[in-house]
Amino acid sequence: MSAITIRNLNKYYGPLHVLRALDLTIGSGEGVVLLGANGCGKSTLMKCLNGLEKPQSGTIAIDQQAVTTARGKQLRKIRQGVGVVFQQFNLVENLTVFQNVLYGAMGQRPGGLLTVWNSLAPAEFREKAMHCLSRVRMADKANHRCRDLSGGQQQRVAIARMLMQNPRVILADEPVASLDPKAGIEVMDLLWEVVQEHKMTVFCTLHQLELAQNYADRIVGMKAGRIILDSNRDRSDNESLAQLYQGDTRVDGTSTNDEDCSTDNGRSIINNKSIVNDNSSEIA
Amino acid sequence: MNNNQSLEDYTPPRITSPSWFSGFILLVFAFLFIQGFSTAEISLERLIKGANNLTVFLGQAIPPDWSDMDVIAEAMLETLYMAIVGVTIGVILSVPFALLASRNTTPHPVVRTVTRFLIATMRTIPDLIWALIFVVAVGLGPLAGILAIILDTIGFAARFFSERIEEVRPGPANALTASGAGRVSVIAGAILPETLASMSATSLYSVEKAIRSAVTLGLVGAGGIGVELSTAMRLFQYDKAFSIILVVLVVVIGFEQLSSMIRKRVI
Repeated sequence: MSAITIRNLNKYYGPLHVLRALDLTIGSGEGVVLLGANGCGKSTLMKCLNGLEKPQSGTIAIDQQAVTTARGKQLRKIRQGVGVVFQQFNLVENLTVFQNVLYGAMGQRPGGLLTVWNSLAPAEFREKAMHCLSRVRMADKANHRCRDLSGGQQQRVAIARMLMQNPRVILADEPVASLDPKAGIEVMDLLWEVVQEHKMTVFCTLHQLELAQNYADRIVGMKAGRIILDSNRDRSDNESLAQLYQGDTRVDGTSTNDEDCSTDNGRSIINNKSIVNDNSSEIA
Repeated sequence: MNNNQSLEDYTPPRITSPSWFSGFILLVFAFLFIQGFSTAEISLERLIKGANNLTVFLGQAIPPDWSDMDVIAEAMLETLYMAIVGVTIGVILSVPFALLASRNTTPHPVVRTVTRFLIATMRTIPDLIWALIFVVAVGLGPLAGILAIILDTIGFAARFFSERIEEVRPGPANALTASGAGRVSVIAGAILPETLASMSATSLYSVEKAIRSAVTLGLVGAGGIGVELSTAMRLFQYDKAFSIILVVLVVVIGFEQLSSMIRKRVI
């Protein structure tokens, strides 16, 4: 059974054709990593998936429910089943960690905020929120303000909030891009553990090829609004991955001017991974 | 050599001549200033006479007359009540006004434009004029003053609240929207908490402002200590007027100290 089905998806910003006839199916329980250079349309795709952006044509279904045509209550219902992890964590910094985790259940009952406000929340919500916090090893920080936490800790709280929501599908938009490498690996480990425990489907954009190869069941590559690569983790070779960052990668076409630069980036990513192989001269 | 030549060409001159626009503004301003100065009919003779009158006033005002202290205290208390009631209602009403007027929380751009216009109207019409209007509408007394303070507070506080609301980063609100929460819950849960510190600072400043304006509102009959002051002045009881001014001074300064103390705690 497929968790995410995208058919012939087209998205324009004015004259700019961002998503170009995209097709993608992600099976239930699959861990898929989406790679691609800046400006290739990854984030737009993520926003379309939970209805924050409306595509002009094509269909998206999450758990067999059509996202693109859903409105109002129906859309909110679909969104409740989709947890999102953001690059910038997006916690309400002025409130406590505990309150932010409670917010994960905001859409679940009529009454919205009133049912998840710390002083009013039912005991089961409060208990569950503490469970989620202890799962991400942040229970001792429950009463701290989010602004006092480090980036890695904030992302763990965001994962606890996502757990509180109890979704079946996770969208993670560069979840470790604003963390240092060590904190990044901790967060990726935690995210993948949690996902496997709950048998969730995860669709995650990343910038680090190494992380992608370590965690993904399947790697999907996007370039200039199209999917040009879709392979199992084991069969994804470095050459085709490097291709994602070379030449005309952006949907707005501005990348042609700095082609040399992006080629260098492509190479340096490979070099950083210290797996420069015999093909490296051909890549350059 | 050639290089030196071009460097000299690019070096900015020591003095640049002002643009014709700033010259024009300067000219208009100078004209208005000279014109204004001459309409005020300022002469040395008048200044000397004025200083004389001032000494007469001070001579009669000192020592201040404290015999009517009970009346003054009561009027001062009424002034404080007017300010507190007016500013509380005003600040509470400012929140919905600000939400309707902010780009990221308004239900519709037209609602935003209309609300911003209303807020601007409340702000641009001075509190004394609001008080005059409400004295006509509800009669003399503190109610007219309270209504004037409410409108004045909304005009001021709603504008600052709304500016702060528009500065809130959209991320957390997007996160809650993405989890299936409704719009009202998102605004109350993710946007308002981020604005609380700034809103309390603005509210405290509104209280200071309201106390100052409550004092003067009495001059047009809208209740409070201003009524006593204007009566005393008209009856040439300068000693009584002076004691009223001193009381006002002590209360306003006292409250400003208190409010800046609270503000330091909040922020």
